[in-house]
Amino acid sequence: MSAGADVVVIGGGATGLSTAWWLCREGVAVTVLERGIVGWEASGRNGGGATHPYSPLFREEQRLWPTMDELLGYPTEYRRKRIRIGLSADELAMYEHGARLAEEQGFAVERLDPRALRELVPWVGERVAGGLLYHFGGHANPQRTVQAYAWAIQDLGGVILQHTTVTGIRRSAGKAVAVETDRGSVGCDAVVIAAGPHTGRIAAMIGVDVPLAPARAEMIVTEPLPLIRYGGADGNGLYGRQTLRGNLAYGGGPHEWIEIADSRTPRPVNSPVVRSLARRLAELFPKIAHLRVIRSWAGIVENTPDGRPILDRLQDPSNVVIATLSSVGFGLSPASGHALAELVMRGKCTFADLTWLGLGRFRDLDPDWRRDAGWLPGSGQPAALRA
Amino acid sequence: MQRPVDPTSLAGKEFPLAGHAALVVLGAGPAGVAAALEAKQLGLDVMLVDEHPVASPLIGLDVPYMFGERLDPAVQNKPRMLERVLGGRPEIAALFEAGVDVQPGVYVWGAFVNGTGGDAPPRALLGLADEEHSWLLSFDRLIAASGARDLALAFPGWDRPGVLGARGFAAAINLYQAFSGRRIVVLGAGALGLGVAKLALEAGIEVAGIADVQGVTHPGPLLDRLNAHGIPIYLRHAVEGVRGATEVEGISLVPLAGPEAGFEIACDSIVSALDVVPTSEIFDLLGCRIAWRAEPGGFVPALDDEGRTSIPGIYAAGDCTGVTDAALVDPGLAAASGRRAARAVARDAGIDVEALAAPLPGELRDRAAHSRSWLEAHLASLDEIMICRCEEVALRDLLGVRPPRTLAYDREKFAARDLRSLAAEGPVNQDQVKRLTRAGMGACQGRRCREQVHLLLTLEGNQAPGSVPMPSYRAPLRPLSLRVLSAHDETAEMRRNWVTWFGIPSQWLPHWEKVPEDGGLSDHRIGLWDSSQ
Repeated sequence: MSAGADVVVIGGGATGLSTAWWLCREGVAVTVLERGIVGWEASGRNGGGATHPYSPLFREEQRLWPTMDELLGYPTEYRRKRIRIGLSADELAMYEHGARLAEEQGFAVERLDPRALRELVPWVGERVAGGLLYHFGGHANPQRTVQAYAWAIQDLGGVILQHTTVTGIRRSAGKAVAVETDRGSVGCDAVVIAAGPHTGRIAAMIGVDVPLAPARAEMIVTEPLPLIRYGGADGNGLYGRQTLRGNLAYGGGPHEWIEIADSRTPRPVNSPVVRSLARRLAELFPKIAHLRVIRSWAGIVENTPDGRPILDRLQDPSNVVIATLSSVGFGLSPASGHALAELVMRGKCTFADLTWLGLGRFRDLDPDWRRDAGWLPGSGQPAALRA
Repeated sequence: MQRPVDPTSLAGKEFPLAGHAALVVLGAGPAGVAAALEAKQLGLDVMLVDEHPVASPLIGLDVPYMFGERLDPAVQNKPRMLERVLGGRPEIAALFEAGVDVQPGVYVWGAFVNGTGGDAPPRALLGLADEEHSWLLSFDRLIAASGARDLALAFPGWDRPGVLGARGFAAAINLYQAFSGRRIVVLGAGALGLGVAKLALEAGIEVAGIADVQGVTHPGPLLDRLNAHGIPIYLRHAVEGVRGATEVEGISLVPLAGPEAGFEIACDSIVSALDVVPTSEIFDLLGCRIAWRAEPGGFVPALDDEGRTSIPGIYAAGDCTGVTDAALVDPGLAAASGRRAARAVARDAGIDVEALAAPLPGELRDRAAHSRSWLEAHLASLDEIMICRCEEVALRDLLGVRPPRTLAYDREKFAARDLRSLAAEGPVNQDQVKRLTRAGMGACQGRRCREQVHLLLTLEGNQAPGSVPMPSYRAPLRPLSLRVLSAHDETAEMRRNWVTWFGIPSQWLPHWEKVPEDGGLSDHRIGLWDSSQ
């Protein structure tokens, strides 16, 4: 195994890969350790949305995405703009909250009456209150993007070790000095732990408690349709997009809180919720209810107790950075990787206020927080079935 | 004390059921029919589900078999097809008589057992559908007798209408009685190919020739009979091309060795009968242990001596457990396999009955070797040929791990990236290649290409046979419209507590502000998604 690297990034998902890519761009020698294949878990299975106005990384997210194909050198299928569809006035009012948050930050939102909405999204039916056209945000292809990160890292001389499982982190004099794996150890000057739902388990190797609850969420995808102008159109309790190929990929609805026992991520199976996803998509787009669903899938994500990221450089060991985006990581990844690379190199982020995204906010967390929130598997009644 | 429940999670959610079955048998082929009858005679309540007749759009997608657009328009009339299918399967009448709950024309699109380890349904569920709607059924035990699919292997022109598979041809003749061709050429001179020729002769269809890249055929009385009919058999021949601008009008064959030039045979259909593949989709969906075994034709469920899979309550019988030449010729073997699984079910249900031994498989051969030699013989002529027809992925794009042609990308950057470079970074994974190239990502979900892509990745990626994992199957196992799949019966609670994403209020409030004391629950800027509004 390689003798060492300046920085070892644990986790080859969107966040870890982007961090490694930003570090490579700065000339840092990076090794990414990935238990399986890059972007294989939630990073490659999500809705692909890139519109997060509540995040301090929002501006950077918006600045970077339009340039990512060029910066990475490989296609991400990024497309600009997003449409929120309100079937009812109440739903539309709910989306207004997010829209205003973006407007307050200087981004433009256009209100669409049903007729204007139908011109952009011809699939909606008669029962619709209106829509919002965000002149910002957008969506990309997660699978293509994670591979683009990985190839861009390699092009810059970074090393990605797939099928490599982290077994320990060696400390010396208040620092992490090497990451041990099932294929040998990698010496390093700094470590980034960006292992998605495994982040807590790996942080525990250095005695750091990162409160995370893993959960499974699922999506469906249809056969392709001719492209509409802005594919990022959703509503009715669904998130999703029309892909550049024309398929409709949408998710939402009940998640399943799970446990992860070891280094393996459980098989992300689907549940009968896929039928409810189909129903909601047919309600959202009644004119294409004949469209066929060809596949569904699930992914395992992690949430912190407040649903917000932890982007923090630890006090002890002082050269370890913890990164979880709390279930919303893909779209923000160009920006989160930038912020994390700065945390590694400078100890602070120069372009965004990460004050409330530190691990310290959970210092006084009740050890039973997952139980109290109902975030443990098997909570309450088992799912009853009626014949 | 009751623990708190996250109302937006799966915990406590109800999935309304259309019914319950003690034993469900999937598939009305010889194995399924025998399993259902045996189980019924042993005193079990049995439901038998079979998808035939499938709707004509599925036939157009070559699901479940390669129909090659050679079924006449009669297939658009499902009630009529139902009559034909039942008429073509007299053994089903015996099942009705025995009291088996027979459900023809019903698709199995999903199967759900013990989820990921959280709040998934406590009982095993099956997702079923017809042309109108979908429903859920709970079950105690299930015998999958899902049969075998056509193995599609490329040759120049293989994507032309008029190229069928052996199973598609047999279904067109026997089940649907709707084959629209008159003169066929058979590819594959093994037991399967000879069987196709026999079926054609019996149905009054002209067989213009049988061709194979291999130098051996399947000796026996059948071969003698075909020889007596004067049907030419071209061994060690490859396909040079297919004539016909829009449909098959003929096929050009060329000897693999020697100076002779290619020659053409006029035909309106080409039946590719190189092999069939065990249908493993339901086992993958359920999470049964599946292993690669070259002799029985690829990925098959791991079974014990009585036909139990690795998951309690799930059993397997017939061709889906593996394909053998003996079973291709003698349906009695599949039936014996079905009875064995039914006995195992009965024994597990506490019925005092002897176990049955597995039927002897007869002579085994490395079935993948035949496929390999076929592809190797045609590889040089396939560069521009579409391997994945739904997504139009040519062989060159597949091996180059190229993005789809509709996507703009830096070609120079990709010059250094291909299957070999990908393989250098770790074992080749077909699902990863699918994500990059879209091969297998289309409406047929790789039913027409997954085996040959698997084989090509193994061959061209220098991977050990069987080391490339099986690409995953997901629900719905049959493409279903949004309207049909729709949960028309979902509970009010499912509607009420539906959220787009998790329903953690503080997640959607500005992250540059401190989380409010109440987590944001009372913040006017947040409205949890509530469709009942």
